Amino acid sequence: MPVMAQIGAAPVSYLKAQTRWGAIETLFWLATLLPFYFLPDYLQLASQIAITALFALSLDLILGYAGIVSLGHAAFFGTGAYAAGLFSKFVWGEPLTGLIVGAIVTALVGYAISFIIARFRHFALIMLTLGIGLLLGAAANSASWLTGGSDGLQGVNIWPLLGRFKWDLYGYTAYGYSLVVLFVLFLFARRVIHSPFGLALRGIRENALRMAAIGAPSRAHIRTVYTISAALAGAAGALIAQTTQTVALDSLGFERSAEVLIMVVLGGPGRLYGGLVGALVFMTARDQFSGIEPQYWYFWIGLLLVAVVMFLPNGILGGLSRFLAHWRAK
Amino acid sequence: MSAPALSTRQLSKSFGSLVVARDIALELPVGARYALVGPNGAGKTTLINLMTGILTPNAGQIFLGENDITDLAPEQRVRRGLARTFQINTLFAGLNALEAVTLVVCERRGLSREFWRNVAAHKEAIDEAHDILVKLRLGEACYQATRELPYGRQRLLEIALALATRPKVLLLDEPAAGVPPEESGDIFEVVAGLSADLALLFIEHDMHVVFRFATQIIVMVGGAVFAEGSPAEIAAHPGVREVYLGTRQHA
Repeated sequence: MPVMAQIGAAPVSYLKAQTRWGAIETLFWLATLLPFYFLPDYLQLASQIAITALFALSLDLILGYAGIVSLGHAAFFGTGAYAAGLFSKFVWGEPLTGLIVGAIVTALVGYAISFIIARFRHFALIMLTLGIGLLLGAAANSASWLTGGSDGLQGVNIWPLLGRFKWDLYGYTAYGYSLVVLFVLFLFARRVIHSPFGLALRGIRENALRMAAIGAPSRAHIRTVYTISAALAGAAGALIAQTTQTVALDSLGFERSAEVLIMVVLGGPGRLYGGLVGALVFMTARDQFSGIEPQYWYFWIGLLLVAVVMFLPNGILGGLSRFLAHWRAK
Repeated sequence: MSAPALSTRQLSKSFGSLVVARDIALELPVGARYALVGPNGAGKTTLINLMTGILTPNAGQIFLGENDITDLAPEQRVRRGLARTFQINTLFAGLNALEAVTLVVCERRGLSREFWRNVAAHKEAIDEAHDILVKLRLGEACYQATRELPYGRQRLLEIALALATRPKVLLLDEPAAGVPPEESGDIFEVVAGLSADLALLFIEHDMHVVFRFATQIIVMVGGAVFAEGSPAEIAAHPGVREVYLGTRQHA
C-alpha cells in the first residue's frame, strides 16, 4: 500500500516503509474468513474465487511488474490442472504432493517457453502467448485418451486433506485449502516484488532500453519471473483440479486467458492486490448476472471493462488509492 | 604510458550508401574531458551508439583499456565500465530517483537475481545510491516519482543512473539538451566535478559550454573526424570556423 512521501527519512528506512505490512492488508485477509460464518452456502464459489485470485496474481507478476502482456496464460493454469489431476489418477491422491507436482511441472513448461518469450515484446508477445495457448489447448483436446478431451478428465481421486478433512459438499475444506494456498503464495509473491529482483522487473516495465544501458540482464530476469508466474498459475490449476475433482478442457482455453487478463486490468495491474480484487469483482459479478440473464452477462462485464479502462486507467485499486489520497489531503 | 581509457581504430559504419561513420580513430585518455561537436547529422550520436554496442560497425575496432570490446553485447560493455546517457530522457518514469539508482547499484553488485530478500536488507547498496544522488544534487528530490521531477533534475538523474554503474568511461549525449541556457551551466558544473579517474566524452552544441568545460575538442563532419585539438587550437582552426562555427552564427 502506498506510503506518504517521507522527506528527510533515511533512505533505508524509507524503502523498508514502502514494503511494510499495512493495516488494510490485515483487514483484507481477515475479511476472507467471513464466508465461513456468513455465507456458508457460497463456500464453493468462494473457493473458485480464491483459486482464480491466485491465477490472476500469477498474471499480475508478469503483466503488472515486468510489463509482459499475455493472452495465453491459461496454458499454465490448464497444465497445472492436468498435471495434478493425472497425478492423483495414476500415482498418488495426496493433495499437497499433487499441488507441488502441478506447480513444478508447470514451472518446467513455463521455463522452456520463457526462452521464446524473453526475446520479444509488445505486439509480438501478444500473438506468441495467444499462439502457445491455442497450441496447448489443441494438444490437450487431441490427446483425449489421456485427458478425456472435451468430456473432461475423469477419475480424479483426491484423498482427504492432511488425511483428516474430507471434501465436503458445502466446500468448507475446498475453501479453507484454497485460501491457505492463496495466502502462502501471495506472501511469496509479495516477497519477490519487494526484492532487488522485483525492482529490476519494474525497471524492465518502465524502460527496457535503459535496462540494457545500465548493463542489466533483462532476458534472464524475464525468464525467471515467467517461470515463477507459470508455477503460481500451475498451482492455481492444481487447486481447481483437486477441489472440483475433474479437469475441463476449457481450463486451458482462450476464454480463461482473456478473463484473467480482464480481472487484472479491472483490479489494477502492478499492485499485488489488483488481481485479487479483480477476481473477486469478476467472479461475483458473473455469479449474480448469470442468475438474471445467463447468455448476456458478457455484455455487463464488457461495459464494466470499458468504463474502468476509460475512467480508472489504474484499475479499481488505482482509483481507490487516488480517492483516498484526495480525501486525506482535505 | 598507460593505454587510453577508450579508443577506436578505423571505425566505420554505413547504411546502404549512406556513410555515418568513416575511419574514426580516437583516443580518450584516463581523466579526459573531451567534447564532441559538429553540425546536426555529423554522426555524433551514431559514434556513441557504435561505442556502446547499440550499432555494430562494418569495420574497425573499439578498445576499452587494452581489451577489444568490438564484439561484446551492450550489457557486457557496461559491466566492463563503459556507460552512457541519452539525449532524450531514458529514465524509469514510475520509479523514484532512489529506487532507480538503487536498481542500478543492485545490478552492478550482482544482487538483482535475488528474489527472496527485501531490497531494504541491502543497506550498503542503498547508501551508495543515495550518496550518488546527493553528489548530483538530487538528495532532496530522491523520493519523488521520476516523471514528477522538474526537467533539469531529470537530466541530472540521467547522469546519476550512468554513474551508478561505476564507469571508467562515460559518454554523455547532450547532457543539457532541452535545459534553458541559464541552467545548463549547473549541469556542466556537476559534470566537471565528477571523479578525475573518469574519462568523459560529451556531445554539446553550446560552444560557450564546450570551451569552458572541455580540455580537448573533437569536430565531426559527415561521419568523419574533421579536426581535433585543444579549445585554443579549435578556435583558431580556419576550417572549423567555416564549417561549424560559421554555420552556427545564423542558427
